[in-house]
Amino acid sequence: MSATTPNGIPKDGSFRAWLNKRMPVDEFVKEQLTGYLAPKNFNIWYYFGSLALLTFVLQIITGIFLTMHYKPSDVAAFDSVEYIMREVEWGWLIRYMHSTGASFFFLVVYLHMFRAMLYGSYKAPRELLWLLGMFLYLALMAEAFMGYVLPWGNMSYWGAQVIVNLFGTIPVVGPGLVEWIRGDYGIADSTLNRFFALHVVALPFAIALLIMLHLVALRQTGSNNPDGIEIKKNKDADGKPLDGIPFHPYYTVKDVVGVGVFLTLFCAVVFFAPTFGGLFLEKPNFEPANPLSTPDHIAPVWYFTAYYAILRAVPSQQLGALLMFAAVLIFLFLPWLDRSKVNSIRYKGILSKIALTVFAITFIVLSYLGLQPADGLYVLLARIFTVLYFAYFLLMPWYTSIEKTSSPPTRVSYDG
Amino acid sequence: MVRSIARPAALLAALFGPLLLGSALLGPAAGAAEGPPGPWQDWEAHNEISNTASLQRGASAFMNYCVACHSLKYKRYSRLGEDLDIPLEQLEANIVLPGDKRSDYIKTSLAAEDGEAWFGKAPPDLSLIARSKGPDYVYRFLKSYYLNPNPSSVTGVDNLQLSGTAMPHVLASLGGVPEAVFRNIERKGAGGEIVADREFVEFKPAIAGTLSAEQYDEFVLDIVNFLDYVGEPAQLVRKSLGVWVILFLMLFTGIAFLLKQEYWKDVK
Repeated sequence: MSATTPNGIPKDGSFRAWLNKRMPVDEFVKEQLTGYLAPKNFNIWYYFGSLALLTFVLQIITGIFLTMHYKPSDVAAFDSVEYIMREVEWGWLIRYMHSTGASFFFLVVYLHMFRAMLYGSYKAPRELLWLLGMFLYLALMAEAFMGYVLPWGNMSYWGAQVIVNLFGTIPVVGPGLVEWIRGDYGIADSTLNRFFALHVVALPFAIALLIMLHLVALRQTGSNNPDGIEIKKNKDADGKPLDGIPFHPYYTVKDVVGVGVFLTLFCAVVFFAPTFGGLFLEKPNFEPANPLSTPDHIAPVWYFTAYYAILRAVPSQQLGALLMFAAVLIFLFLPWLDRSKVNSIRYKGILSKIALTVFAITFIVLSYLGLQPADGLYVLLARIFTVLYFAYFLLMPWYTSIEKTSSPPTRVSYDG
Repeated sequence: MVRSIARPAALLAALFGPLLLGSALLGPAAGAAEGPPGPWQDWEAHNEISNTASLQRGASAFMNYCVACHSLKYKRYSRLGEDLDIPLEQLEANIVLPGDKRSDYIKTSLAAEDGEAWFGKAPPDLSLIARSKGPDYVYRFLKSYYLNPNPSSVTGVDNLQLSGTAMPHVLASLGGVPEAVFRNIERKGAGGEIVADREFVEFKPAIAGTLSAEQYDEFVLDIVNFLDYVGEPAQLVRKSLGVWVILFLMLFTGIAFLLKQEYWKDVK
């Protein structure tokens, strides 16, 4: 028996009526899902938002189970991870899902960010949505870095050493700050303990809060779309956007297909290549942390190597660190650097198209260079591509304002 | 099946010990690096983790030749028996060291201080060697011992994979010890200058072992395979389970796609 009357109002005496009198469940579902109208012309780039949320949930769930067996102490951490891998029932699966999840989280987030850059999703009125997303990205970077230290392998130890020491390049307060972060004169037990606290409590809370704010801001402005035009400009007699369709069921059912494809690829890595050739789990990290033995070649995990390449491209460590932080933070200014009249790359001019293509290639090349030893040709290439990296942002006000744009259609293009 | 195992290894270490006392003076093997470049760098193990008989032979070889000095501290005998289909009686009789229980981790009888005193460096635990260095590394290491003509050499041998290793060639009686042929080459140094260097050409038989070259290769491969398994025991189930997971997800995705098509029919 249906609990609603034909027009969707809960019947008196039904549980739903009882519930809705006490909590606005139906109202919430209507506002957030069935009544939220999204543009109907989303393409493949629009899967990555929901996939990022899925990855976050996966990381939380697998993380909870890992926390039950992991021991945050310099004498027990490495052993406890091997204990999880060998003696905890399905521990290896949980751990591989978590370690693979970290890499997939970044993969999905990078594609999600690139989507925003393709279709100008950061432009007015979505600047705050973009900023909240960037804060999420920064929180995710901190979360990933601290999580990487927890297994207490030799790469964990030396990676932490390199990254934390970067803060020591800050004039005056640097050395004191580094000591404050570590809680010791070197990377030590106290460092591991506080990173554990931040990794499992503080940062996940911050990320969850930011995700919520990101979604609240999205509901206010509405989603952008591949044409970069506002669907709210064309409304029917009832005031509903003509090109909008209810998020549920249309995009929920579509996102489930994305989830299927994503999980297939994700599980292919988890079950068949969990170390991904040393890219997701590095070989030296299967040796316990050893302050007396530096790995031959220290490199962060692939998702940070673009910035690492920029750091090493500069001869002065201080300037290199400054440039590296700038490379991350410069994304924050995108909404104000882009002076184009149109949002989507489809209608921008040739200069924007070249710039974005070069930037995408630059990011991939820098990521590759960060994994290589810093000598000879690699350093030269890193310098060239560092210039190209910053050129994309710093020249943007110029090339977006002088190029000839084409005029976008008034209604979204959809050939479904 | 597992062959009957005598345990001469502990004895062997006790014999080697005094002989090797001097190696401590040569400094720790921590300074060891790769030997001269050459075709040995391309040798690959291609071991098959699904070959249970090979894993059993490898376990047996490990307990005969390695455990006297090297532990597998994350590995329990019982789990070894379960994973490699070794019956309980066989496990107790052939694998579990005297004085150990089935539920114990595989520890060496060599005390760390003794190892350090005899070899200059305590022999490392090998639980994760195949993960931290890779199976090919272990394979090349066990295959690239050669006679060291230097009279100051304590072990009388050197190794291409780990030049200056403090480890004696424990498998010499089986594989023999070859002589290495090098040739002088010139290469570019870090600053672009020309540096004289050596390159490995080939091995020439010198001291014969009891096994033929092919047999020794098989023997080493079994040990490599075993250490690969010990590095990540989950490998035994991971891939076979993965096939079913992927098949399920593909089916799921297909059905989800049909459902999506059905819903989206009315979007125009």
